[in-house]
Amino acid sequence: MPANLPADSVGLVTPRTLRFSEPLALDCGRTLESYDLVYETYGELNAARSNALLICHALSGDHHAAGYHTPQDKKPGWWDSCIGPGKPFDTRRFFVVSLNNLGGCKGSTGPVSVNPATGKPYGPDFPIITVRDWVRSQKRLGDALGITQWAAVIGGSLGGMQSLQWAMDYPDGLRHALVIAAASKLSAQNIAFNEVARQAIMSDPEFHAGHYYEHNVTPRRGLMLARMLGHITYLSDDAMRAKFGRELREGKLGFGFDVEFQVESYLRYQGQSFVERFDANTYLLMTKALDYFDPAADFDHDLAAALKNAQAGFLVLAFTSDWRFPPVRSREIVRALLDNDHDVSYAEIASHEGHDAFLIPNPRYQALLRAYMERVAAEAGV
Amino acid sequence: MALRPDLEIISEWIAPHSRVLDLGCGDGALLSYLNATREVTGYGLELDEDKIQKCVENKVNVIQSDLDAGLSGYFDADSFDYVILSLTLQAVRYPERLLDEMLHVGSEGIVSFPNFGYWQNRLQIALGGRMPVSRNLPNDWYNTPNIHLCTLRDFENLCAKKDIVILQRTVVDQAHRTSLGMTLLPNLLGEIALYRFRRRPD
Repeated sequence: MPANLPADSVGLVTPRTLRFSEPLALDCGRTLESYDLVYETYGELNAARSNALLICHALSGDHHAAGYHTPQDKKPGWWDSCIGPGKPFDTRRFFVVSLNNLGGCKGSTGPVSVNPATGKPYGPDFPIITVRDWVRSQKRLGDALGITQWAAVIGGSLGGMQSLQWAMDYPDGLRHALVIAAASKLSAQNIAFNEVARQAIMSDPEFHAGHYYEHNVTPRRGLMLARMLGHITYLSDDAMRAKFGRELREGKLGFGFDVEFQVESYLRYQGQSFVERFDANTYLLMTKALDYFDPAADFDHDLAAALKNAQAGFLVLAFTSDWRFPPVRSREIVRALLDNDHDVSYAEIASHEGHDAFLIPNPRYQALLRAYMERVAAEAGV
Repeated sequence: MALRPDLEIISEWIAPHSRVLDLGCGDGALLSYLNATREVTGYGLELDEDKIQKCVENKVNVIQSDLDAGLSGYFDADSFDYVILSLTLQAVRYPERLLDEMLHVGSEGIVSFPNFGYWQNRLQIALGGRMPVSRNLPNDWYNTPNIHLCTLRDFENLCAKKDIVILQRTVVDQAHRTSLGMTLLPNLLGEIALYRFRRRPD
């Protein structure tokens, strides 16, 4: 945390945990008898309870979206660029809620949690969770916080899929859905990348079929490889060229297999630091939630039919250099919304940052979010 | 906010409660005005990012899109009562295809364009021997976005060829006033032409 905290930071924040004892029936057919959700809030809920924003995280995100947990923290939450006083999700006007999804590894019930039936961590026995399951659990969190209708549900990537699902499953549960750098389903190429990531983890000798906690090891190499692969798909060719080029760490070729190019060093660093903060079983679950997401499947693969009952206003955003969920995938969502005459605005933001762009400050991106949030605020009466 | 005069004329042609698609909608002023005064709903298409920003600020539904890529990627047949193309027809790559698509996704089309047959344009070519540069066509030939200029007669000939029925025509000057002269000699004295049209019923 910087010594002089910027005026637009939410500052120090403390996560809270809510226990839900009402069983949650899951898409996979199993039931979670009880579960915890850990979440953070920024700003104040107004008397009319009309100013709440729900932030949905992506693959490796969590509830810590803004501010700092301790003064010693080097980095703020993952979406600190957008959440805070005067930022697009302005905490002077909005009450922002950000949670760690079920199956996560940051405090919400997931594979690392103890299974009450066995007294041991769930590990690989934790049920496969879908985007729809997450949205159900998020609905309960909203209810517990006294929020019957979100002013907006907001997410990028896998988070954007959650806001789309919200609009389908709880039409009057939100007034606006912000669907950023997302898609209505994964392509074969997307699933292929996820499968390689999973194979990297599962073929690590220290994976122990997911029971690695009992062996006091983690499948470090597998998880690291999965993350390295992920990072390649989050960046664009241009962004990698600009960041690393063919720059050599030692300035000359070493004729060996140690790290030589800066890009190798970057990927190894990202992979290694990820292993310290993330659980391999959670990673597997998150990639499955992505692969399974296909809300049109229940409607004869007609996305417009799936969105027919939605009532929210939509802001759909895509980034030009995003090849993981490129603009053409966002346009599929837009087309389905237009077919239903729903309120929607769509913009393609010029960026060289690839899929990562949704997390990176960009003047045009932030100006659009800000302008759209003015509309959300006006309707919320704040 | 005062509406641009040509948009003012167009707005008078739009029935209340109708659904409108505004191609090249700029800052969304027309849609915003129609929504406020006639409870009209719909979307604007726009390519320019600054204008898209303005649309979002004006609470207008805007879809970033390139008119040269066509409309059928987004819209089904007969989705709108009116499809509007104001002062943009002359700048698109495929005007004929766009007219077809306008009447595919909408019941009626409305276009406005600068009349290339306006007497001052004719004079600049006939006597000056140069491509016209005027208030309505401010660019030089080498940097103009206006790649498909036409006259009233050209446009009406195209409509006749395509079985498009012109329902309404207004010809105005730069200040969007009309006059007896423009009514009598529209292709010579009119600076800007506005048309409302539909397909010939089968």
